[in-house]
Amino acid sequence: MPTMLEVSGLTHQYGQGERAHVAVRDLAFTIESGQLACIVGPSGCGKSTLLRCISGLIPATGGSVRLHGDEVSGVPGDLAVVFQDYSRSLFPWLTVAKNVEFPLRWQKVSKAERSQRAAEVLESVGLSGVGKKYPWQLSGGMQQRVSIARALVSRPALLLMDEPFASVDAQTRGELEDLTRRVQRDLGSTILLVTHDIDESVYLADRVLVLSKSPASIVADLTIDLPAERNQITTRESERFVSLRGEVARLLQSPQVQRPGEPDPATAESGPGTTTVETGDTAGTADTAEAAARS
Amino acid sequence: MSATTLAGKRTRILGSAVVTWLVFAAALLLWELIAIGADSVYFPRMTAILGTAVDLLLSGPAWRLMLSDAVFEIVLPSLATALGAWAASAVLGIALGTALGRSDWAMDYCGTLISFLRSVPPVTLMPAFMVIFGIGVEMEIAAIVFSTLWPIVLNTVDGVRSVDEVKIDTARSLGTPRRYWIGMIVLPAAMPKIFAGLRLSLSIAILLMVVAEIVSGSGIGLQLSTTQSTVQYTEMWVWVLLLGVLGYALNSALLAVERLVLGWQPTRGDDA
Ligand SMILES: Nc1ncnc2c1ncn2[C@@H]1O[C@H](COP(=O)(O)OP(=O)(O)OP(=O)(O)O)[C@@H](O)[C@H]1O
Ligand SMILES: [Mg+2]
Repeated sequence: MPTMLEVSGLTHQYGQGERAHVAVRDLAFTIESGQLACIVGPSGCGKSTLLRCISGLIPATGGSVRLHGDEVSGVPGDLAVVFQDYSRSLFPWLTVAKNVEFPLRWQKVSKAERSQRAAEVLESVGLSGVGKKYPWQLSGGMQQRVSIARALVSRPALLLMDEPFASVDAQTRGELEDLTRRVQRDLGSTILLVTHDIDESVYLADRVLVLSKSPASIVADLTIDLPAERNQITTRESERFVSLRGEVARLLQSPQVQRPGEPDPATAESGPGTTTVETGDTAGTADTAEAAARS
Repeated sequence: MSATTLAGKRTRILGSAVVTWLVFAAALLLWELIAIGADSVYFPRMTAILGTAVDLLLSGPAWRLMLSDAVFEIVLPSLATALGAWAASAVLGIALGTALGRSDWAMDYCGTLISFLRSVPPVTLMPAFMVIFGIGVEMEIAAIVFSTLWPIVLNTVDGVRSVDEVKIDTARSLGTPRRYWIGMIVLPAAMPKIFAGLRLSLSIAILLMVVAEIVSGSGIGLQLSTTQSTVQYTEMWVWVLLLGVLGYALNSALLAVERLVLGWQPTRGDDA
C-alpha cells in the first residue's frame, strides 16, 4: 500500500524563551493509504497540536509532514478535519445542506451537482431529509454527523478527527464509531483519529499509536488484529479486544520507551506480532496515565 | 410541539399584543383626562391633538391614501434625509469596521481616536457643521452620518474580531479561499453585532435629523420650532407624536429585516 502520510521528526513548541512549552517532540510515523489509525494519549499530551501541525493549521517548529509525498505547508486541499466541538465547528447561519456544500463552493462544481452531492453524503451518514434545518435544530450526535458529512463531501484523501465523539452520549458514540468504520470502508478513505479513550481506539482502529505524556512521543505502534466487521457488543466482549485494551492501558500507564535491540515487555506480555515499539527519547517515568485511570 | 401548545402560545402572543395596545390606549386616555383637568394651552387635550393630526396629515385625496400635502412636502423629505444618511453611514461603517477589525494593527492606531469621536456629543458639533457645509440638506446629512457612523464602525469591529476560533480553523481546514473569507465567514458571524449597531444608530439618525432641521430650518424640525414660537401648541404636539410614531415604525421595520437576516439564530427562530 502506498504511503499517505509521513511524519518525521515533528516537534512543536509554543512560545519562546522561558515560557516555551514543548507540546510535541520528535514524532515519527507513517500512515498507509486506506488505513484507519487511532492515536491515543493522555489528556493534554499534545494530540490536538499534532493534528493541527499535520493539517497545516499551524506550522510545526521542527520536522516535516508529507502528504502523499508533498511537504505540507498551509492547509492541503485534499485533507479535511472533524473537530470535537461540532456546535462551534458548524456554521450556524447556514442550513445543514449549505454547511455540507460549503467546501464545494469554490470548486468547479455546478449548483445542481453541489446539492446532489450534499444530499448523497448526508444520506451516507444517515441524515436524509434534514438538509433544510439549521444545525442547532439537531441533536448533538446528528450535528457531528453533519460535520463528518461536510468533511467527506469533497472526497479528501486524508480525514483527520480530533476527539470527534468526546461530547456525545455513549449510545450515540457507538453509532458514530460504527458509522466511521463503515464510511471509511465504503469510501476507502484514510482516517487518522485522535482520542484519549482506550476502548474507542481499539474498537475503531486498524492500528493504534500510543503517545506518552507531554511532550508527546510515540510509545508503541500496535496493529489491531480484530475482525474487520465489528460489533459494539460482541467485539467489546471478545478476548482479543480485552487483551488489546489491557495492553494499550498498560502502555499508557508506564510508557516503557524502547530502544531498538532492547527487550520489549509489552510484546512479551501480550504475545508476539502485535506490538512494534518505536523509539523515543523520554525516559520511562512511573507516572500514572489519566486516560488509563479513567477507563 | 403539539397543536394545543402551539395554539396556546399563539393565544398568548395575541393576548400580549392586545394588552400592549390597551396600555397604549389607556395612556392616551390618561393624557386626555389630565389635559381636561389642567385646562392649559401648553397641554392640549389628546382628542384635539389627534383631530389636528388628521387635518394636518390625513386630509388629502383618496387616491393618495388620504395623505395630505404636508406629508409629501415635510414628512417624506425629512425621512428621506434621515434614512439616506443612515444607509450611507451603514455601508461606510460596515466597510470601515471590517477593514479596521481585520487588520492586526489598525485598531491600535485608530481605536482611541474612534472612541473619542464617538464620545463627542454630535449636537455640540452643529455649529461646526453649519460653518463647514452651510445651511441646508448637506449639513443635515453630514451631521447624521457623522453621528451614526461610529457606533456602526465600533460594533462591526467588535463583531469581526469575535469570530469563533473553531469556525476560523474549520473554514481554514476546508480550504476557504481569501476572496470568500469576508462574505462567507466574517460578515455572517459578525451580523448580530452589526445589527445591534444599526439599531442604535437608527434612533440617533432620527434625533439628529430633528436637531439639524431645527438648526437649518427645514422639514419636521422647522415645524416643531415654528409651531412652538407661534403658540400653535396643538400642532407642535402633533409633530412630537409623529416623531414618536416614525421612530417606532422604523425600529419595527429594522427588527423585521433583522429577524429575516438573522433568522438562523437559535433564540430568534424559537420565539419568532
Ligand atoms: N496555543 C497554545 N499556546 C501555548 N500552549 C498551548 C497552546 N495550545 C496548547 N498548548 C499546550 O500544549 C499542550 C498540548 O496541548 P494539546 O491541546 O495539543 O493537547 P491534547 O492532547 O489535545 O489535550 P486534550 O486531551 O485536552 O484535547 C498542553 O499542555 C497545552 O497547555
Ligand atoms: Mg485536544
